[in-house]
Amino acid sequence: MTSLTLSDPRPSPPLKTRRVMPGFGLTMGITLVYLSLIVLIPLAGVFFKASGLGWDGFWHAISTPRVFNALKLSFGAAFFAAVFNAVFGLLVAWVFVRYEFFGKRVLDAAIDLPFALPTAVAGIALTALYSGNGWIGQFLEPLGIKVAFTPIGVVVALMFIGLPFVVRTVQPVLEEAEKELEEAAAVLGATRFQTAVRVILPTIAPSLLTGFALAFARGVGEYGSVIFIAGNLPMVSEIAPLLIIIKLEEFDYRGATAVAAAMLIISFVMLLAINLLQGWSRKK
Amino acid sequence: MTQPVDHSLQDPPKLPFEPLIQRNAVITEQPWVRWLLIATALIFLAGFLLLPLVAVFVEALRNGLGTYVEAVKDPDALSAIKLTLVVAAIAVPLNMLFGVAAAWAVTKHQFRGKQFLITLIDLPFSVSPVVSGLIYVLIFGAQGYLGPWMSDHDFKVIFAIPGIVLATIFVTFPFVARELIPLMQEQGTDDEQAALSLGASGWQTFTRVTLPNIKWGLLYGVLLCNARAMGEFGAVSVVSGHIRGMTNTMPLHVEILYNEYNFAAAFAVASLLALLALLTLVLKSYLEWRLGDELSATRKH
Repeated sequence: MTSLTLSDPRPSPPLKTRRVMPGFGLTMGITLVYLSLIVLIPLAGVFFKASGLGWDGFWHAISTPRVFNALKLSFGAAFFAAVFNAVFGLLVAWVFVRYEFFGKRVLDAAIDLPFALPTAVAGIALTALYSGNGWIGQFLEPLGIKVAFTPIGVVVALMFIGLPFVVRTVQPVLEEAEKELEEAAAVLGATRFQTAVRVILPTIAPSLLTGFALAFARGVGEYGSVIFIAGNLPMVSEIAPLLIIIKLEEFDYRGATAVAAAMLIISFVMLLAINLLQGWSRKK
Repeated sequence: MTQPVDHSLQDPPKLPFEPLIQRNAVITEQPWVRWLLIATALIFLAGFLLLPLVAVFVEALRNGLGTYVEAVKDPDALSAIKLTLVVAAIAVPLNMLFGVAAAWAVTKHQFRGKQFLITLIDLPFSVSPVVSGLIYVLIFGAQGYLGPWMSDHDFKVIFAIPGIVLATIFVTFPFVARELIPLMQEQGTDDEQAALSLGASGWQTFTRVTLPNIKWGLLYGVLLCNARAMGEFGAVSVVSGHIRGMTNTMPLHVEILYNEYNFAAAFAVASLLALLALLTLVLKSYLEWRLGDELSATRKH
């Protein structure tokens, strides 16, 4: 039976002499030290400071109507903007992947403009467009729609900021999607609309959800592009990050910390929830 | 002298007839649906992405070129431009070094908790810019943990340049690492193993094998990092103190001018940042093209 072992067709196991890559200690050391000093310790400081308030103090600081309204606006506007971006981002990604038209490559590059354009610049540009005598605002005003200096303005700014997140997460998945499945659906008698809803949409749903989550998370914390167009009326169009700055300028460090901690906690919990949701939809 | 003809660059011989184009009608939409979707997307992008960009330049030049040049040559504007460049010149190289080190540690070695480490590196992206500034105020501010010690030693971080640099490093922290990690993961360690087994030292392996392999990805990360570093507003706004001519970066200067109703000047400075954004997009498209080569070259073997 020895011949059997000699002609064993399985590939030989990797050689034991496989070298270990150098530099682990050095690069890992740099990574951990830099990460701790710049990110982890300062972030932990917020929670340490907030925990110093005690539960009652923390609740007292964030349960005022002004803080509550600011948090509601930040999360609410980010949600609506992300929903809008999920719809239009999907449309744009679809058109870019499936169709050919003049100027596609330039527009494709332009999708990343909100990433590249400093938020303050986006903010003043959007305000100029949507204020009562702006290029777009002058047409909306007679219809009774006021965008600039209202909560709608906040949503518009977050829509601008969040668009690339959806397009850039959906686009590659759509490119990889197997057209054979669509052919199969068509052969089996599905209409094009049925194919789109029952075959294509489930394939890209996880990436769409991820894009939505990224746009939402970015929108919640966004500051630069919003404050110019929002008008910043307390209780009405004042976002949570601005409230942090106002409290800091009043030297109300505890109040600022409490709002920041609340924002961080809600953001982290939601990102975690969405990660779980995504893992679940991938398994299905 | 005639140039030798490179036959590999010539077009392949033409067929006597055009190949039939087969449009698979079942997996595309009817023409009117197609055109409707394209038109909606184009109108949306034009109105939503391009119009704000156009507005910046139109508003900047509204009062003529003279006002524009004046606004840009204003001493406060010049000092803001200088500060922005200085901050980026410190923050970007530091994050580049960190990004390369982190990517090397994560992709060339196996260890427990790798995914967790990657999540931690990405953490600054999910933190509001304002909170990114606040965390340093809590540490270095007058009421902060190190505040008393700092005032004893006459060392200022908040409302001074070190704070601006720190906040900028925080918000641009993940950019380089995040570009390099997927790229280096894809490339594996075969090339490095070969170099090491041929007797190269670790440093030689890195500079002669790894670095050429990742150069476009690295540049891509640095480009994005730089764009954000120069344009950051929220985090810097918290720590800067807005002292004109001292701790004002370009985006903060835009805000000050705008709040003074000096719109033409605000848009003039903003247009410089918009030009930076456009330049970034052009370079980014070029790098994406080179990066595609880099990835496909490694996929071949």
